[in-house]
Amino acid sequence: MSSVLFWIIAFVAIGSAFIVVLNKNLFYSAIALVFTFMGVAGLYVFLWADFMAGVQVMIYVGGILVLILFGIMLTNRISSVNISHSNYHQGIGAVIVIGIFFILGWMILETPWLRIVEQEPTQTVGKIGRLLMTEYLLPFEVASVLLLAALIGAAMLSRKAN
Amino acid sequence: MDQLHNYLLIASVLFSLGLFAVITRRNAVAVLMGVELILNSANLNFLAFSRFGGMNFNGHIFALFVIIMAAAEAAVALAIIINLYNNYQSINVDEAGQLKR
Amino acid sequence: MNIFIEYSLFIYFLPLLAFLVNIFFGKRLPRHGDWVSIGAVLITLALSMAMFAGMLFSYDPDFRVESSFTWISLGDFVIQLGFLVDNITITMLLVVALISSMSHIFSIKYMEGDPLYSRYYAYLSLFTFSMNGIVLSNNLMLLYMSWELVGLSSYLLIGFWFAKKSAADAGMKAFMTNRVGDIGFFIGIMLLFTAIGSVSYSDIFSGVANGKITGTLLTFAGVGLFFGAMGKSSQFPLHIWLPDAMEGPTPVSALMHAATMVAAGVFMMVRLFPIISPDALVFVAYIGGFTALFASTIAITQNDIKKVLAYSTVSQLGYMIMSVGTGAYVAAFFHLVTHAMFKANLFYGSGSVIHAMHHALHKKHDHETDPQDMRNMGGFKEKMPITYWSMLVSTFAIAGVPFFSGFLSKDAILAGSLSFANHHPEHFLLPVFGFGAALLTAFYMFRLIYMTFHNEPQMPELIEEIHESPKEMTFPLVLLATLSFFIFYTLPYFNPFSDHGWFTYVIEAKTSLVHGAPSAHAIAEGIHHSHLPAMIISLLVAGLGILLAWQMYLKRKLSAERYANKFSTLHRLSLNKFYVDELYERFIYTPVLKLAGKIAFLDWDLYDKYVVDGFGKFTEWFADLIGKMDYDGLDQGIVDGTGRSANRLGDILRNLQTGQLQNYILFALFGVILIVIIQTMV
Repeated sequence: MSSVLFWIIAFVAIGSAFIVVLNKNLFYSAIALVFTFMGVAGLYVFLWADFMAGVQVMIYVGGILVLILFGIMLTNRISSVNISHSNYHQGIGAVIVIGIFFILGWMILETPWLRIVEQEPTQTVGKIGRLLMTEYLLPFEVASVLLLAALIGAAMLSRKAN
Repeated sequence: MDQLHNYLLIASVLFSLGLFAVITRRNAVAVLMGVELILNSANLNFLAFSRFGGMNFNGHIFALFVIIMAAAEAAVALAIIINLYNNYQSINVDEAGQLKR
Repeated sequence: MNIFIEYSLFIYFLPLLAFLVNIFFGKRLPRHGDWVSIGAVLITLALSMAMFAGMLFSYDPDFRVESSFTWISLGDFVIQLGFLVDNITITMLLVVALISSMSHIFSIKYMEGDPLYSRYYAYLSLFTFSMNGIVLSNNLMLLYMSWELVGLSSYLLIGFWFAKKSAADAGMKAFMTNRVGDIGFFIGIMLLFTAIGSVSYSDIFSGVANGKITGTLLTFAGVGLFFGAMGKSSQFPLHIWLPDAMEGPTPVSALMHAATMVAAGVFMMVRLFPIISPDALVFVAYIGGFTALFASTIAITQNDIKKVLAYSTVSQLGYMIMSVGTGAYVAAFFHLVTHAMFKANLFYGSGSVIHAMHHALHKKHDHETDPQDMRNMGGFKEKMPITYWSMLVSTFAIAGVPFFSGFLSKDAILAGSLSFANHHPEHFLLPVFGFGAALLTAFYMFRLIYMTFHNEPQMPELIEEIHESPKEMTFPLVLLATLSFFIFYTLPYFNPFSDHGWFTYVIEAKTSLVHGAPSAHAIAEGIHHSHLPAMIISLLVAGLGILLAWQMYLKRKLSAERYANKFSTLHRLSLNKFYVDELYERFIYTPVLKLAGKIAFLDWDLYDKYVVDGFGKFTEWFADLIGKMDYDGLDQGIVDGTGRSANRLGDILRNLQTGQLQNYILFALFGVILIVIIQTMV
């Protein structure tokens, strides 16, 4: 049962990703992106990363996606949502990307991965929190500074010229 | 389902798609969306290895930081895009080719 | 060093010195340097006379001094050169010095005013030097070298007035004909050298005596040597150059073509008589005899005074050669000496006459008449007495009239031929040749005298301008006329009918070294026996000749024209010298020249044009090709091409810099894939 579910979620994620990439309409791409993020979050759950799933949904969908939607709306021109693609770029791009995918896929399937599977933990949040405060304190602080910088930077950038 | 390589394959698909979007799409926002896809696939990889590598929480922490970075980056990117739009009235990446000789 | 050798060295080198001085500095010296040559030759004369006196004092027929030095020494191959002084040498040296001095003195007036005066004297000195080389040599090598030098001097002097084509041609003809003879001469020398291994006379004589070379080979060598004499002494068939050589100045004709150079052939035969085999001697005798008769048959019709004398010389040389052939070679040498005196005198006399004619014609502004044609002369006896009397004396000598030198020497020769015919009856022709020539000689010589000096002048308007020549020209005439008398050769005896005297004493006949040849004694015996008959016949014959001439030309009882018409063919043949030159022209010169032309065609038009030029053209073409390869191929193609392709590549690659980020990402990914593929391959 769970494997079926797994594959459905996976399919959703990948299918949405296709729409994101291929759709000419930006709005539709953005919506599809939502579904992709949701799908990925679902996969996180399968990977016993419950906290991460939550963070994914909260920040990605709730924050970033909204930001993107605002960006789309702000930069939209009524006439030209459709942007013409030049053919060769798409062709060559597709070839190269498929090539990369094949390389990755072949590598994944060929490598004898070392599996160490343990039992599902009860909750991950506490563990992560503890780790943040002890081992990864410095990256934590740096991250917050970074966010501050990004905040100020973004604000500065979108300022109107006086 | 409980195979590492499944997750890895899914992640690689997402990665390829994101890459394709980055290379191909003309709209800057669409390129940003591709970048988010790539970051997501990376996260998926981290978490997959974290689970199948003895439930190592390092992966979790790293994925967390990736999300943080993605957020910051998205904010700044969009600020830039808006600026670009204000200045050039277009967010077609082809037209921002002033680096061209 | 022996005094004779010392004197000989002076005699040899002084004229050479005079030649060098005159040829380089002659023009700048006062009087154009004639005194240099004259001085040299007079010193030579003095030294020769001293040696002659010495010879008479010692009065030794076996006198002989020799001295040589090594010229070439290459291991076994050694050639020595040197001088041989014996009685024959001394006599000949005196003859050469005397006649040469006379020519030098005679030329002072004869060549006066000639623009190339100094060069003339230089050449005379050169000739004297070369002639002395022949006389003094003790080996075949020096003989041959001097022989060639004499030929060269002859060429230079005959063609002295080279601006006149006939003179230049005559000089060339003389040299060429000489050369033909010299080929045989050289073959003879080489035969002897290879057989005996040395060129010196003494070695060769002993070699022949020891039998190192015998039989046919020796005969061939002898004939080869004789060929040289044929060329130099102008015997048939190489006689053609001597009449043409009359183009040269008359003193030159006197010196070279009467007395000395042409006598060199006889001198050489006399020197080398002991090694000439009897078979070769027969050949020699016939050539000589035939030439003697042949030339005199031509002389009887000639109208140019010098031509008569030229053919006369050829004929007399024939006598000398025939005498050598019959074994009486001392008689040949005797005749050489007497002939030198009287023939040179005759030439000087003719020179004097021609000189006078020139002056007269010049005064009359007549440039058409030939001053040498006897038909324009006549009656010069009163006007030029010294010339007339000296020439008359010499004519008596040559005709063989008793009391004159020529009688004695000619007599000896004729006795020799008679004796030879007695011993070898099959050779009866030789005396016939001899006596026949004697008759004709007497005839044409007196014809010359009568036509030139007697009768009425054929050109009356000229006669008052004719006068005697200056003393520089008459002095030689008188001197040589004096020497044409018998007395100087028969001392201490006074018998005009016998040739006994100092000459026949000091010049002793040597026995031939060839096996089977008659001994000198036997030959002398034979001559002695034939002496009287020869004398009688020669007196008869000479008298007949003189009588005929007297009747025909002085008394005019017999008409020359009538006889000429009666024997018109013979007359024409004689006048045209039997067309020998024309025959040579047709059958020898023209084919050879044609062949030369064909070969020249091969060389110039074929070889030069195709091979040489072709080679040049090929090199040009090849150079062009390489040039093209270098310019177009190398420079344009490679050097410039590299630059151009770099340009084009740059143009193409420039398009990669699109300025579009996505392109750059694309390229980066492409590179990644490439690296991965390569990694897996490797």
